[in-house]
Amino acid sequence: MAANMFVVPQTQGTVLCCKCGILMAPNPANMCVTCLRCEVDITEGLRKHVTIMHCPECDCYLQPPRTWLKAQLESKELLTYCVKRLETDLKKVRLVNAEFIWTEPHSKRIKVKLKVQKKALNGAILEQSYVVEYVQQDHMCESCTRFQANPDQWVASVQLRQCVSHRRTFFYLEQVILKHDAAVHAIKIKQMDRGIDFFFGNNSHALKFVEFLGKVVPTDKGKRSQQLVSHDTKNNSYNYKYTYSVEISPICREDLICLPPRFAVSLGNFGPLVICTRVTNNITLLDPFTLRQCFLDRDQFWRYSFKSLLSSRQLVEYDVFNVEVVSPEYNVGGCKYVIADVEVARVNNYSKLFCVRTHLGHILKPGDRALGYDLYGVNSNDNELDKYIDLVVPDVILIKKSYEEKRQKKRGKPRPWKLKSLNMELDESSEEKMGLEYEEFLRDLEENPELRFNLSLYRDRDYQPSEIASMADDDDDVPSVPLEELLADLELSDVEDGEDSMRE
Amino acid sequence: MATRFQFENSCEVGVFSKLTNAYCLVAIGGSENFYSAFESELADVIPVVKTSIAGTRIIGRLCAGNKNGLLVPHNTTDQELQHLRNSLPDQVVVQRIEEKLSALGNCIACNDHVALTHTDLDKETEEIIADVLGVEVFRQTIAGNILVGSYCALSNRGGLVHPHTSIEDLDELSTLLQVPLVAGTINRGSEVIAAGMTVNDWTAFCGSDTTATELSVIESVFKLREAQPTAIVEEMRKSLIDSYV
Repeated sequence: MAANMFVVPQTQGTVLCCKCGILMAPNPANMCVTCLRCEVDITEGLRKHVTIMHCPECDCYLQPPRTWLKAQLESKELLTYCVKRLETDLKKVRLVNAEFIWTEPHSKRIKVKLKVQKKALNGAILEQSYVVEYVQQDHMCESCTRFQANPDQWVASVQLRQCVSHRRTFFYLEQVILKHDAAVHAIKIKQMDRGIDFFFGNNSHALKFVEFLGKVVPTDKGKRSQQLVSHDTKNNSYNYKYTYSVEISPICREDLICLPPRFAVSLGNFGPLVICTRVTNNITLLDPFTLRQCFLDRDQFWRYSFKSLLSSRQLVEYDVFNVEVVSPEYNVGGCKYVIADVEVARVNNYSKLFCVRTHLGHILKPGDRALGYDLYGVNSNDNELDKYIDLVVPDVILIKKSYEEKRQKKRGKPRPWKLKSLNMELDESSEEKMGLEYEEFLRDLEENPELRFNLSLYRDRDYQPSEIASMADDDDDVPSVPLEELLADLELSDVEDGEDSMRE
Repeated sequence: MATRFQFENSCEVGVFSKLTNAYCLVAIGGSENFYSAFESELADVIPVVKTSIAGTRIIGRLCAGNKNGLLVPHNTTDQELQHLRNSLPDQVVVQRIEEKLSALGNCIACNDHVALTHTDLDKETEEIIADVLGVEVFRQTIAGNILVGSYCALSNRGGLVHPHTSIEDLDELSTLLQVPLVAGTINRGSEVIAAGMTVNDWTAFCGSDTTATELSVIESVFKLREAQPTAIVEEMRKSLIDSYV
C-alpha cells in the first residue's frame, strides 16, 4: 500500500430534523437540538430546591453533620459548598459549569446556575443548564451559641509574667505578636500587674501561642493546670479549663548581671560582671572588659536562673571628659566595640572623677553624655557578688551613649512613624507610668536597629515635618528610623481617605 | 402515497414485510391488521402473500427481490419455497442460494435495474443475483456500513440512505444507481432505513413513529405524490383542453 493513499475528502451532508424539519448536521439522535431538548429533560429528578443552614453571627454555613464553613456571599467557597450539597444528584450527570445568579443579600435565597451533560437517546450527549435555589435558614452554630450564653467563656488561658519593674519586654512582645499575628485566636487579652493574660477558646491555640512565645523571648517551659468544668457521665467526656503559666526571664537588655561562680567557671571564667546586650529567645551576655560574648538559651538560663544585679532603671548619667582608645576595633557578633579608658563624672555630682575602662570607645567622644551603672555608690544586695572574694569591682560600667540633650531640642516633635497596638484590656491604675515607659521604648527603637528587625513600623500619615526643624536637623545626630524601613499602612476603612487608602 | 402503521406494536415494518413492483410478502402476525393494511392498498394490483422464511417472521431482512425474481437464504424450508413458488406470479423466479451471509435482505439493496451488495458476498452469489434479478451488481458501503441492505431503501424512482452519508458518497451512489438519493431518517430519527420502511414505485409503508417531516422527505424522494390518480388527471387535462370558452 502506498504511504500516501488517496482518500476522498468527506464533507458531511445535512438532513432534516425528524420533528421540525429544519436542516441540520446529522447527530446520533437525528433531531435538532431544540427538539431534543423538548423531548428529553436531563434535569429530571434533580433537586431544584435545597435548604441550607446559616449562622447569622459568624456567617457560616452548615455542612452536615457538624462542620461549619465560613463563606462570603458569591465567593468561591460558597460555590464549592453549594455544589457539594448536591453531590448525590450530580452523580447521575456530569457537571460542566456552575455560577451564581445575583439575589438580594437579605432575601435569604441563593441561586446557582448549573450546566450539566448527560447521555440522551441514541448516545447523543445533551448539555442543559438549570437553576437551583437554596433557601437559607438561620440557625446559630455551636460556638456562637456557647459564646452567646457566656461571653467570657474561655477554655484555655496563658498567663505571661516577668518579675521586673518595667514593661519594656511587654511592649516589644506586643509588637512581635502583632507582626506574626500570633494572637488572632485570642478571645480576650488582659493586662495584669507585671504581665499579660491571654484567653483562648481552644487548648491547641493556647499551646501554639506558648510555643510561639518560647521562640521570641526566653521563657521557661510553662506549667499547665486544669480545672474540671463539667463531666458527662454517660459517655465519660470531661470539659476542662486549662491555664498555662509562662514566665519570662528577668534579664533584660542593658542589665548588669553578676554570674553565679559555678556558671562563670563553666563558661570558661567568663565575667563575672557582664552586660546583657540582646534578648531574643537566647540571651546574649557581653563581658565589657574582655569583649567576650556568650549565648544562653532558655534551658541553660533556667537551670541557673540568676537575676540581674542592676537594671536600666538604675542607670546614671555621666559626662565624658577624656577618651583614650586602648584597643583596635573589634567586631563582636555583628557589633563593633572599641575598648577605651575614659574619664567620667556623674552629672549630678561632679565631685568625683572616675577613670574606668569601657567598651564604648567607638562612639564616645569628650563632651558626650553616657549612661552607666554606678557601682561605686550602689549598695547591692546580691548573694552572688558576695560569693566572689577576690573580685575587683569597677566603679562605673558604661552602657550606652545618652542622646538626652539633643532630644531636648526635639522635644515635642512628632515622629514620622508609629506602631500598632493589640486590643488589650488595660490596667487603668498605671496608665501614667506606662506613658513614660512607652516613650522610652520608642526611643529605644530609634536607637537600636537590631531591635527593629522583628517588628513592623508604619508610616504615620498625620506626620507633618515642621519647617524650622528641617533646617536644624542637618547636623543633628540623634538616631532616627530611616524612611526605607517604614511600612505603608494598608487601611481598608471606608472613612474619608477613600481613594488615598492604597497610596504608597 | 405513504402510509404509517405497526406490526404487533413495533414500528419496524420493513423487517416483517417485503414490497416490490410485482408482489408483496407479509409475515404471519397475531392479528390480521398488518395484512389488511397491505391488502387495502395493493389488493387489486399485486398479490399479497403471507409467508414465513426459515420458520421466522423477519422475512423482510432474510430475502431480497424485485419484479424479476426473489432470492431466499439456504435455511428456507422446502414447504416455504413451494408455497412461495405457488403464490407468486409465474414471471417471478424464486431461487434459494447457498450463502454464508444468510440475511439477504440486509446484504442486498436492489430495485429493478441495479443492486448494491455487501462487500464480502460470494462471487457466485453475485452472479446469481445478476442472473435471477436481472440487475447490475455493485459492491458498496453506505456511510461506512457494509450492511447496505439495512441502511438504504431503494425504488426505481429514488432512494433514501443513512443520515450520516457524506455528500461525496451520496454523489457516487447516485451515479451508480442512476436515481436521486437523499440522506434521511425514519421512525423518529432511526438510522436503519430499510428496517423502518418498505417501498415500491407508487406506495411506501412506514413505521408509525415516522414524523411528518420524514414522511414528506420520503414522499418527495420516491416521487409518491405524483402517483396520485388526481395528479395524473390534471396533467392530462392540460393537454386535453386547448382553450377556455
